[in-house]
Amino acid sequence: MIAPLDFVGPISGILLGVGFGFVLENAGFGNPEILTGQLRFTNWAVFQTMFTAIVVSSILLNIAAYFGVISFSNIFIPSVLFWGTLLGGMFVGIGFAVGGYCPGTSVVALMSGRLDAILFIVGIGVGTLVFNAIYPMIGSWIYTQTGPDALTVPQLLHMPVWAVIALLAAVLIAVGYFVSRGKLTAGCQVSASVGVPSGVAVHHKQ
Amino acid sequence: MSQPRALWNPYVAGVALGTVLFLTFIATGHGLGVTGATTSITAVTTAAIAPGAISPHDYLAGYVRRGLDQWIVWEVLGVAIGGMAGAMLGRRFAKRIDGPPQASTPARLGLAISGGLVSGLGARFALGCTSGMGLSGSAPLGAAGFLFLIGFFVAGAAAGFILKPLWRRRSVT
Repeated sequence: MIAPLDFVGPISGILLGVGFGFVLENAGFGNPEILTGQLRFTNWAVFQTMFTAIVVSSILLNIAAYFGVISFSNIFIPSVLFWGTLLGGMFVGIGFAVGGYCPGTSVVALMSGRLDAILFIVGIGVGTLVFNAIYPMIGSWIYTQTGPDALTVPQLLHMPVWAVIALLAAVLIAVGYFVSRGKLTAGCQVSASVGVPSGVAVHHKQ
Repeated sequence: MSQPRALWNPYVAGVALGTVLFLTFIATGHGLGVTGATTSITAVTTAAIAPGAISPHDYLAGYVRRGLDQWIVWEVLGVAIGGMAGAMLGRRFAKRIDGPPQASTPARLGLAISGGLVSGLGARFALGCTSGMGLSGSAPLGAAGFLFLIGFFVAGAAAGFILKPLWRRRSVT
């Protein structure tokens, strides 16, 4: 086993973070119109980018595991804390619709000049303090674990890993097909948002 | 002023994002994240501004003790640098107050801080945000990652539907 390399210092963090932020910005994920367009089903870039990333990293991790480069027992897989995970996802989704961003994209939005993102980030801090205040009342039930540690979808559905990845890829390809056929609205319909030179938010043509 | 460059195709962006995520697992054994850093920064800042506001038995006490020299804090600094580089190189950097076209500037700021609050609260419920739980939890096919994403998209789409009128485009003059 070669990896994980235990490369966890500042240089590792900054380099990988730069890659992450650079990709998010180039995907258009600093732009709240593109981001929230996914929730109104007028722009599928968020779904397409995220699901492609999940499928690609999943395939790469499995290849690396096959060749003995990494073992899944040495990488972090979150356990299901049912209510915490589900309600947390819902709150982050509502925050995304209301504020225009999720935590990561708000950082990219701020760095591309969007000053409203400062308030979103301040809001994250306030929400964190609210959680700190209510934690004694909710901590025990939201953090109750369901199922075994690091439960995976293949374990849950009793399916082989390749079948789960194939299923995800099939969903991704189907969405891509419908977007290209115009059955789902593609990202190219996003036009300039307020205060921006026209064409700023124009997405690629499908 | 020069035209902004086109954004990447979502599948190209997805392959790039998946590769960065894979390299992160190889380097560190875990994925990418963001709210681990915002939680540390909130805890340390609060403790510095208002000593005693976070008591030793609080949820945030451990974050205060661990301080800011964390991989994820450096990573978020990198996200900021990478995001700025992307915006600059893509000629997309523009100072503005963004938000729904139908919302006034104060309304946009109000929406931003309320959205951030709900998001920050939710990320502590889930022990991660869209990046740290949705993306990084789903990459090794963790059930928690997918459960998070289902909640995220279902509740997000419901809220997005309610707020849809705000996003109607202003007629072009």
